[in-house]
Amino acid sequence: MYHIYCPHCAEYREEEEFHAAGQAHLPRPLDPDSCTDEEWGTYLFFRKNPRGIHHELWVHAAGCRKFFNMTRDTQTYEIKEVYKIGEKPSIVAES
Amino acid sequence: MTQKNRLQNGGRIDRSQSLTFSYNGKEYQGFKGDTLASAMLANGIDLVGRSFKYSRPRGIVAAGAEEPNAVLQLGATEATQVPNVRATQQELFNGLVSASTNGWPSVETDIMGMVGKLGGNLMPPGFYYKTFMFPQSLWENYETMIRKAAGLGRSPKKNDPDSYDHINHHCDVLIVGAGPAGLAAALTAARSGARVMIADEQNEFGGCLLSTKETLDGKPAAEWVASVVAELSAFENVILLPRSTVNGYHDHNFVTIHERCTDHLADIAPALQARQRMHKVRAKWVVLATGAHDRPLVYGNNDVPGCMVASAVSTYINRYGVVPGNELVLMTTNDYGYQAALDWHEAGRRVAAIVDTRTAANGSRAQAARAKGINIILGSAVIEVQGGKRVTGVSIAPISQDGNKVTGAIKALSADTVASTGGWSPVIHLSCHTGSRPIWNDEIVGFLPGKTLQKQLTAGGINGQYELAAALSEGFAAGQKALSELGLPAVELVLPKAKVAVQDAPMSLFHIPHIKPTSQAPKQFVDYQNDVTAAGIELACREGFESIEHVKRYTAMGFGTDQGKLGNINGMAVAAKILNKTIPETGTTIFRPNYTPITFGAVAGRHRGELFDPKRYSAMHQWHIKRGAKFEDVGQWKRPWYFPQGAESMQDALNRECLAVRNSVGILDASTLGKIDIQGKDAREFLGRVYTNAWAKLAVGKCRYGLMCGEDGMVFDDGVTACLGDQHFLMTTTTGGAARVLEWLEIYHQTEWPELEVYFNTVTDHWSTLTVTGPNSRKLLSELVDYDITNENFPYMDWKQITVAGVPARVFRISFTGELSFEINVQANYGMHVWEKLFEVGAKYSLTPYGTETMHILRAEKGFIIAGQDTDGSVHPHDLGMSWCVAAKKPFSFIGKRGMARQDCMREDRKQLVGLKTKDPKQVIPEGAQGVFDRTAQIPMPMVGHVTSSYWSENLGHSIAMGFVKGGLSKMGESVFYPLADGSVIEAEICSPIFLDPKGERQNV
Repeated sequence: MYHIYCPHCAEYREEEEFHAAGQAHLPRPLDPDSCTDEEWGTYLFFRKNPRGIHHELWVHAAGCRKFFNMTRDTQTYEIKEVYKIGEKPSIVAES
Repeated sequence: MTQKNRLQNGGRIDRSQSLTFSYNGKEYQGFKGDTLASAMLANGIDLVGRSFKYSRPRGIVAAGAEEPNAVLQLGATEATQVPNVRATQQELFNGLVSASTNGWPSVETDIMGMVGKLGGNLMPPGFYYKTFMFPQSLWENYETMIRKAAGLGRSPKKNDPDSYDHINHHCDVLIVGAGPAGLAAALTAARSGARVMIADEQNEFGGCLLSTKETLDGKPAAEWVASVVAELSAFENVILLPRSTVNGYHDHNFVTIHERCTDHLADIAPALQARQRMHKVRAKWVVLATGAHDRPLVYGNNDVPGCMVASAVSTYINRYGVVPGNELVLMTTNDYGYQAALDWHEAGRRVAAIVDTRTAANGSRAQAARAKGINIILGSAVIEVQGGKRVTGVSIAPISQDGNKVTGAIKALSADTVASTGGWSPVIHLSCHTGSRPIWNDEIVGFLPGKTLQKQLTAGGINGQYELAAALSEGFAAGQKALSELGLPAVELVLPKAKVAVQDAPMSLFHIPHIKPTSQAPKQFVDYQNDVTAAGIELACREGFESIEHVKRYTAMGFGTDQGKLGNINGMAVAAKILNKTIPETGTTIFRPNYTPITFGAVAGRHRGELFDPKRYSAMHQWHIKRGAKFEDVGQWKRPWYFPQGAESMQDALNRECLAVRNSVGILDASTLGKIDIQGKDAREFLGRVYTNAWAKLAVGKCRYGLMCGEDGMVFDDGVTACLGDQHFLMTTTTGGAARVLEWLEIYHQTEWPELEVYFNTVTDHWSTLTVTGPNSRKLLSELVDYDITNENFPYMDWKQITVAGVPARVFRISFTGELSFEINVQANYGMHVWEKLFEVGAKYSLTPYGTETMHILRAEKGFIIAGQDTDGSVHPHDLGMSWCVAAKKPFSFIGKRGMARQDCMREDRKQLVGLKTKDPKQVIPEGAQGVFDRTAQIPMPMVGHVTSSYWSENLGHSIAMGFVKGGLSKMGESVFYPLADGSVIEAEICSPIFLDPKGERQNV
């Protein structure tokens, strides 16, 4: 059970109030119609499944209903940081 | 006094309070303060069960959570049955009813025991896999037989009369374990004013101090415990939880505690009290002071009743005043083990010998034993025990100092009890729950907690610090460390003085050698509960299971309700020896929640019966009940399904309701439809992006049907949206899709198009929606409105803000039946009033209430889809024949546009939604039936699509259906066949799904 800091409410709340909404930083192509099938398929279906640092979209569903990003370690379940939509993560996996 | 093993004095029991309990139908006496196990031992009960696989007689081995054998069925009545209760942790109460759970027909005369005796070698590890898997068809029969023979306890067949609670906490420091280290940590934290919780699985605080003769400041240790508990109890910032097992340590310092509030009082909890409570704690810091378990040694026939772990013997003597036998042989690899023999001797019974596997023993406890004249045999081990239902004697032999072989002559001794110890195993289970791997330590011959990311501290036995003075100072240090991390002031604490014993190093020994090879020696049990022997582990390793995780799964070691608390390390040692590796090289299995089993009641808490899941009711629900409606669950909503009259069958009711709507007027409670209020200057633009059709020109006062797709182009919801103002819309969604659609809108707004000014709010519950539909609906409604609702003044697909039955209402002229319809939306709390008014004036038109089933039939007659029934996430609007609802020319590439333009989505032979008319008009195809083009094809027949909606239409006099057919839109008039499970085949003609009024004239009058 995670203890999650909602960057909009500026409070720690229980995981029960949140849910994950998939990988973060997947912008919708600005001109979908010019995408090839392969490009569109990649946008639609291909997701990372890292062991370690991962950036995810979460929503404070039973709270402020706002989305935010979370950098999470999928191995240790550590939440490294949360940040608002449009912001960049300060912690990224070493490549 | 019939308690033949009870001492006259001593222990923490109250001899003035005699308690009666029963075991396997026979009554016995015990005392207040006893556990069920101590009372059984006091009464000389040797046999508590039969083993899982070999059905060998088993007795009580331990005195706490680690007990593998005394796992009993409790309960005086059917409803109060509790399976798999450890007798060592169950406090005795008057009237307690217990029974052994394995042994068939009884624990004394057991059929499987014969198999175990005769065919021990016929049941190697993997026996069940190897024997019972073939033929597979018989597995169910085998399983029943095995369960009966093996016995795993049983669940009650009646409802539990007790209630269970959940409670949430936040605290600064949670201390797990109230032994010397835990109490010192708690007192330290408490004195600084921190919010402290301390939980312990036992009925009273003190841990090992409750069963020791050690002193603190020269006084019995229990006195110090009492003073600390008194001080802690006086603090307002401290919560003390006895009888509370910390059963799980989860991420981010979330800890679950299973408190047994009344299990010690009676079979059923006293009135108004919860039987058990699950505490859910978010702790800033956790101090694990969980102590250590004594680890037995593995030797021949070590499961014969009378074989126990050494520290348990001390606990029964010192804490319960029970000596569990007359003649003791103690086998030890370390100094601590001597204590059991000292306590036994002091209780006035005979110690036949202390068998120390080391060649020398000069520590304080060994010297004390020598001083009392106890026979100490050095450099030797008990290689084998004799006896059936109780130990009768032992074979002792000298062993090599690497512990691998017997080096001399066997000597026989008579004894009825064998206590053994291979040293302490730190109770590291909780530290493993969050994924931390334990680390082997050669010095203490055991695993210590590994690195963790949790805010976790450890103190005392869990760190391999077994001396009292060390445990106390570690507890104090852990408390101080927590305080400094929390930024709280340090406190003063004068620790009581404990005697420091001189210790010799322990010997690293787990598996005692025998004169015969392990495979031929008498069975040497590693895991009692799962009947895993040293020979079995050796065999598993020889068969190629080298990873300890595989050995575990193959042999079932550690899979019992005791999770291998006693056996796992011995098992790893046996595997390490045969694999010629060290224990750390062999690796360890790690422990998962729960530490000890918990009841389903505690997991469920109050979330059962009526409170299991919220239910949602419309404002007219009571009317529906009075009218005898049958209900259907739609999400959490209770919706009227149909309204039977008298003894009417469901089909008769549906026929009547359908005819009423088409011929006069019917009414549906549509309040459950999802409603989302959308406002903002970019609301219209936003709608255009999330719906497939056009919204730019929808005028104020108009309504429009919309389809919503995912980015893959597949339909996921639909509904009508009304333009309330130029910047104000009301969207309706399917009943079940409301929450999902709202989140869908939010995620696109918040993450993709934050520049659009638009706001969403759910208003589903704010409105009651009453759908009046049928040719007489206008006549009926006109009697209750303040407005001219003629077709000219209020045309189809318009909405009006008017007054209905004196109440402000939004009325939508939209239709899901194909009939002239008015959807009346009023504030939810006016719903019943308007509903009843409609029935007052509707009597002359025979206004007929109908439910969801008639709604489904009527829309199917019109070929209207239901998202989620006729769609499944794999169909796009063109598949549904709804290309008219896709505005491909919209300037913005709306959600779904690119997806439905993918190559695979453009195939001509996709499964497409069509109408299906059976050749025999009376036949109704079952929904879900799979169609084929060639009814004579070999099985497996190529399937071409399934039926999604299928009904009897009383209005049309024949069955109607919709379904997917490969390339169906270009196969009008052709046949498709539905072979059914009973061998019959239904033939249907592919047709338009619009069976009634294809031009839509009836709704437009």
